[in-house]
Amino acid sequence: MSTVSTPMVRSAPLINRDRVIDWLGIAPFIIFSLLFLIIPTLYLVAGAFLTPEGDFTLKNIGDLFTPSIMSAYSISIRVSVASALGGALIGFFLAWAVVLGGLPASVRSTLLTFSGVASNFAGVPLAFAFLATLGRTGLVTIFLREWFGFNLYGTGFNLLSFLGLTITYMYFQIPLMVLILTPALDGMKKEWREASQILGATNRQYWTMVALPILWPSLLGTTLLLFANAFGAIATAFALTGSSLNIVPILLYAQIRGDVLHNANLGYAIALGMIVITGVSNVLYLMLRMRAERWQK
Amino acid sequence: MKAQRLGAWIAVILGASYFVIPLIGTIEFSLRMRRGEYSLDAYESVFSDIQFRETFGYSMLMALLTIVFGMLLVVPTAYWVRLRLPQMRPVVEFITLLPLVIPAIVIVFGYLRMYNSSSYLPLTGSTTGTNILLVFSYITLSLPYMYRAVDTAMRAIDVRTLTEAAESLGARWTTIMFKCIFPNVMSGVLSGAFITLAIVMGEFTFAALLNRPAFGPYLQLVGANKAYEPSALAVIAFSITWLSMGLLNLVSRFGKAAPAKA
Repeated sequence: MSTVSTPMVRSAPLINRDRVIDWLGIAPFIIFSLLFLIIPTLYLVAGAFLTPEGDFTLKNIGDLFTPSIMSAYSISIRVSVASALGGALIGFFLAWAVVLGGLPASVRSTLLTFSGVASNFAGVPLAFAFLATLGRTGLVTIFLREWFGFNLYGTGFNLLSFLGLTITYMYFQIPLMVLILTPALDGMKKEWREASQILGATNRQYWTMVALPILWPSLLGTTLLLFANAFGAIATAFALTGSSLNIVPILLYAQIRGDVLHNANLGYAIALGMIVITGVSNVLYLMLRMRAERWQK
Repeated sequence: MKAQRLGAWIAVILGASYFVIPLIGTIEFSLRMRRGEYSLDAYESVFSDIQFRETFGYSMLMALLTIVFGMLLVVPTAYWVRLRLPQMRPVVEFITLLPLVIPAIVIVFGYLRMYNSSSYLPLTGSTTGTNILLVFSYITLSLPYMYRAVDTAMRAIDVRTLTEAAESLGARWTTIMFKCIFPNVMSGVLSGAFITLAIVMGEFTFAALLNRPAFGPYLQLVGANKAYEPSALAVIAFSITWLSMGLLNLVSRFGKAAPAKA
């Protein structure tokens, strides 16, 4: 909010010519976003409530609650929750380590740069990287077998599974957490710690009674963002597991490709479900972020 | 304090190994193609594959078009919102964040329904139309990054004074846009461009569902059919991401070194 409104006072005719030009200035952007972002989405949302003949119905939404679709949502949500929690926890410790751990400044800048890269290293190549590392003939698998006699795949571990997908997703979740949380930790004022120490607080009391109450909106908000981030991702899972792991984006992909559900409008309902889930977590994220910013003035 | 520093080192080392081990694993795997010794055979196989060159070139072209047209859309909008429509700022910002909220697969699903060959705007009916749609979808996808990069750069310059100065010298709006505004927000344009490049090069969902011969779907295809080439490709893809992000860092540091007056 740094721009000052135009100091133009004039007698306003009914249709102000400048006004029209003002609005024409962002018309390309508005038209573009309507055509290629908003209307396509609304089209699907509307379709979710229509029969193929175009009448209003709630049947598509009801059909979502069939076991095959529910299991897809369930596994998607579990993978997203697990990778978001794992990413948030490890990311928090990393951010804590570089901000408050007393490490050399070079460690911090290296980690942040690397996080910028790794948080963008998703999609198909990420799946390849983990196949080469934790796959059946991957580096770590072989290393464990030859040096420790530990057969990773003998324990029932499989990269093409819930656990494998979660570990893979954490590769971009952790850096994202680091990137978002580092500024939040930077915002923790030294005075707060000093004040609590003067009042005789222990380190533990400082964290539970001062730091975490201030940080929790950031922590929870970012975790929600990570959740939405994982929920919409498809390329990594697709390249990793083909269609063997039935997560929602892959189900929708198969539906778009070949109408596997034999009902186009049910596909719209699945899309609507995805929008609702990512939408709600993003709205909560924004609300929590606003709350977090109260302390960062 | 000592225990704390030790804990910090442990956290960083564990975190770093999570990042680095898969990279080492990938590089090692990509060298394993010849039995019993390390070789660059997998890379040779990749580079000699005509499909690799074609899809790589295609995605590169798409990325360039996305950057050019995306910036032509984003920079004037950000400029205009700052200059004339500050009350629209929250709305425009909200719209630019939507692509992060709506999953890509949902957006492309909408495209396929809205722009199919029997619609008013049958973009998917022809190859050129589908290519245009793909570029538009990539602009949509990179909107959050481009807009924020440009808007941040614009915060550092005084848009109003620049405009008034240019106008009083008799500049037309094209001159103002391309000779005043664009050069002044170049650091933002470039950082937006590099992140767009990184996103578009590996993008899978849009290209696969629009059936375009892009690099992302090619990667997936190789992954399903070959053993060592995927690792080599992953190393190449990672280098592209690394390069784009490195250039981005360089640009933003360069941008900070010469701050304009706010």
